[in-house]
Amino acid sequence: MVTCLIDYRLHGESVKGSVRGMATQTAAGKRSLPLPRLPLAATAAVLVGALGLLGVLWQAFEAGLGSQGNVPTFILITLNGLTLAGLYFISASGLTLIFGLLRVTNLAHGALFLLGGYVALTLGQDAGMSWLPAALLAMVASGAVGLVMHQLFLRWNQGQDLRQALITIAVSLILADQMLAHFGATPTAIVPPDFLAQPLPLGLYDLAYPSFRIAILVAAILIGLLFWLVYKRTRVGMVVRAGVDDTAMTSALGVNVQRVFAAAFFVGSALAGLGGVFAGTSLSLAPGQDQAFLVSALVVVIVGGMGSLGGAALGALLLGLVDQYASAYLPAGYSNLSALLTFVLLAAILAVRPTGLFGKAS
Amino acid sequence: MSTSPASTSAASTSPANTSPTAASPGTTMVRSWTLGVRAALALVLAVVVLVPLLFSTFVTSQVGLTSLWLGLAAVSLTFLSGHGGMVSLAQTALFGVAGLIVAKLSVEAGWNPWAAAVVGILAATAVGLLFGAVASGSQGIYFLIITLAFAQVTYFYFAAVPTFGAHGGINGVPPPALIGDPVAHPARMYYFLLAVSVAAFLGLRYVSRTAFGLALQGVRDDPVRMAALGFNVRLHRTLGFTLAAPVAGAAGVLSAWSNTRISADSISLGVSILVLAAAVIGGLNRLEGAWVGALLYTLCDTYMRGWTDRFTTWLGVVFLVIVLLSPGGVVGALGSADTWVRRRLAGGPARPALAQSAALPLPISSKGAL
Repeated sequence: MVTCLIDYRLHGESVKGSVRGMATQTAAGKRSLPLPRLPLAATAAVLVGALGLLGVLWQAFEAGLGSQGNVPTFILITLNGLTLAGLYFISASGLTLIFGLLRVTNLAHGALFLLGGYVALTLGQDAGMSWLPAALLAMVASGAVGLVMHQLFLRWNQGQDLRQALITIAVSLILADQMLAHFGATPTAIVPPDFLAQPLPLGLYDLAYPSFRIAILVAAILIGLLFWLVYKRTRVGMVVRAGVDDTAMTSALGVNVQRVFAAAFFVGSALAGLGGVFAGTSLSLAPGQDQAFLVSALVVVIVGGMGSLGGAALGALLLGLVDQYASAYLPAGYSNLSALLTFVLLAAILAVRPTGLFGKAS
Repeated sequence: MSTSPASTSAASTSPANTSPTAASPGTTMVRSWTLGVRAALALVLAVVVLVPLLFSTFVTSQVGLTSLWLGLAAVSLTFLSGHGGMVSLAQTALFGVAGLIVAKLSVEAGWNPWAAAVVGILAATAVGLLFGAVASGSQGIYFLIITLAFAQVTYFYFAAVPTFGAHGGINGVPPPALIGDPVAHPARMYYFLLAVSVAAFLGLRYVSRTAFGLALQGVRDDPVRMAALGFNVRLHRTLGFTLAAPVAGAAGVLSAWSNTRISADSISLGVSILVLAAAVIGGLNRLEGAWVGALLYTLCDTYMRGWTDRFTTWLGVVFLVIVLLSPGGVVGALGSADTWVRRRLAGGPARPALAQSAALPLPISSKGAL
């Protein structure tokens, strides 16, 4: 300590001098700066995106608006993209909540997602429960497993984000293998509730669309709104926002931060489980889905910026639409590359904005 | 291969000598312990060298070859995370680029395997430069996830493109004539892999001791300070990533030669996580940990499947226990045990073994610099 102080005093003069020197240098640098540079990479990315969208719209409306043209297909594909985005948003919102508050990248999120689906499936098939209570119990089950993981393994490693990520990878390996053992490898689907079993007529071009998938979209919007309201308008939301900004200070103000963390982990994991129930009803449940949805949820969260709810919504929309448009509208020889495109999107966005679209550099 | 405990011995015996309480019996006991450790290491090295003579063809090819190429893939990750603070899941992508290009060129275009290997490794290095340049802006968990995206891009590309055989892969990849048939007579392949592994170990260790390697470690510990000191942080990360790429590429080539086949499924997300698991189990702080982890994984993979159906669960449990209890992995735990015994023998206070591992630079936190 003492030597440190002496050091500072001894070098005080020279430090001042060099600071002055630096100031004049930067001033000189500013004068000689060339024209303000356009963010090249960002401009290029936006241009490519706009061109892609134009290409999609051109193919959709080329043959006119008549029922013989491509518009009905376009509407269906757009709805597919939107409902997929809803599904992505439901599972990604849990991931982004956990990350925003606890700075934990929960790589077991995919396993919790699949667990929720399987629990609802078992309750529906073996216990004869109807869809809604089964879904609620599945959420509780996923939330409980997530909470136990947090309390047992993650809580005392707070702040070591890579170590926590490795812990969650290990947990996801165990969970995925246990689910394979208990539920088998055959893809199965959950039976949707009766009132959503019939396709919903859209009133356009005699189109009908599975009403369950519309319900996913509605649920996603409701969850987003609920999140937003709780976040901005309630005391709980205020505490969570304060915790995101400065955990230590919030704790010092008398908030039991550990309880808030535990609650956030429970809610985030439960949302993963809910996503699994929706995915299991509209698509199917199979081993490997956990990794596929984990990767999608990560892409959504990273594109939007980790910890940002609006970013997750935008990321989900981008990912869902790009995925569906790419598989439908890419030239015939390249349509099998559509899975690539979402990752190219991710890499491009991260290269331009390393913390995602709405991510804050802490 | 692993000179770790022996090299630390010199440092930890000298304080024991100078301390007045440590009488001569303590010193001689430390000395004999050092000798014992060295003898054990020499024995391990001798067994490693003599594997094709001591064990059956099955063990040599199934355990020996697999753990050597898996270790080579893992060491590229260990180097990145230990010396650069970059935990990458994209090493299997580079592995696949090199392996699939070699398979394609030597099976379908009829190239000489050596020439194909050179082209494959160069291609992996070029892809590594590209990946590194894009990912170098991200740190910590963001780096992990952007490399996960790269791994998935590469996997989906090779799975979708029929030129590279998609999920069926390319079969009948011929190793060079010098090595011969790796399935029936794996001894030559084993020695070749061992030579490449030793070369990779020495090469990466050399790199980590050059001025560049030290600057890379500085970037790992405090990127902001290194930038303030005038180092180009992104360039160092990019070059570090590029340097590890040919090692991962060589692992891909050698895996294609050892198995005489490679497919898109050889680089799926599961394999990325497996390589990460091997590196973590061995220890992310020391290069030799990669091979230790790969050997442990391969041994369990070969023999544990006999008595348990739930192999992956046990792998997960071992992974979890190691991450929770010994962030330095098996090698780190052995090092701490060695230090503990040494302290005990020297008669000093037996401090908790954790002291050693805590002093090591752990790439477990990005220190909030996200």
